[in-house]
Amino acid sequence: MLDVDSQKPPKGKWSTPPFDPRFPNQNQTRNCYQNFLDYHRCVKRMSRRGKSAQPCEYYFRVFHSLCPRSWVSRPRGRRRLAGGARVEGPVQLSRRPPPPRPPAPPQVQRWTEQIQEGTFAGKI
Amino acid sequence: QLGLQDATSPIMEELLHFHDHTLMIVFLISSLVLYIISLMLTTKLTHTSTMDAQEVETVWTILPAIILILIALPSLRILYMMDEINNPSLTVKTMGHQWYWSYEYTDYEDLNFDSYMIPTQELKPGELRLLEVDNRVILPMEMTVRMLISSEDVLHSWAVPSLGLKTDAIPGRLNQTTLMAMRPGLYYGQCSEICGSNHSF
Repeated sequence: MLDVDSQKPPKGKWSTPPFDPRFPNQNQTRNCYQNFLDYHRCVKRMSRRGKSAQPCEYYFRVFHSLCPRSWVSRPRGRRRLAGGARVEGPVQLSRRPPPPRPPAPPQVQRWTEQIQEGTFAGKI
Repeated sequence: QLGLQDATSPIMEELLHFHDHTLMIVFLISSLVLYIISLMLTTKLTHTSTMDAQEVETVWTILPAIILILIALPSLRILYMMDEINNPSLTVKTMGHQWYWSYEYTDYEDLNFDSYMIPTQELKPGELRLLEVDNRVILPMEMTVRMLISSEDVLHSWAVPSLGLKTDAIPGRLNQTTLMAMRPGLYYGQCSEICGSNHSF
């Protein structure tokens, strides 16, 4: 399991994305997508002006908290356990091997990959 | 077990009371109707000419309207209570798959895990059939938690009756619900939208 330090909130006041009055209803898809766009736009403009991208960190935290990781990027293959050991694949918390999964549908390209390939539909 | 599970969240408590209130009204109406039917069937009185029944018709129009208002007002109160703005302290994402749930805690460090139902053959004594899972979702109590629910393949629905929650998991859409558990404990739920051969498993 995770060690205690990783369960404490980081220094500063960030805990979780606050209520956004632009998206007050149940459907938060747009909230996630908008913050993702805002982050990339912020980074692009800051780097164009030669400034640090530190103010963009808010948008990154919000979309990182809200967006399912399968929408944003391919899951990273390496994960850290308590004690600093790294393992391949997701954390094995289960006490038994999972049953065989059905064949996966054709992979939808994730947003980050689409941005890198230039096929992302949003305007950044 | 008879009736709804014990409430764990304030919304569920309200729903329990509303359910009791509405069910009492329903029982009263049903018993009144049954009584009147029994009277009709057991009387020897007959009356075949045209009747003027203005007063009773007024009563049995106004009275149901009042009863419906008595049901609707608490219902709307709870509905708006569920929509109150609250600033959550934690966000947990859950993605429905065929046929398991995966959970993501990404506010601080990234924690992702899959949660499969334990097959009946592997249950230990005392565990509940079709309800136990291998990796449980752990949540803090007395803190507002934002749950974001979506799906990776087909429609699912994430439901925890004790908390009064049921939210559909729709691929491509992120549904939000908030929960607040007022007491520690272990609460179960099953997938509530048909999703294939192992639905609810």
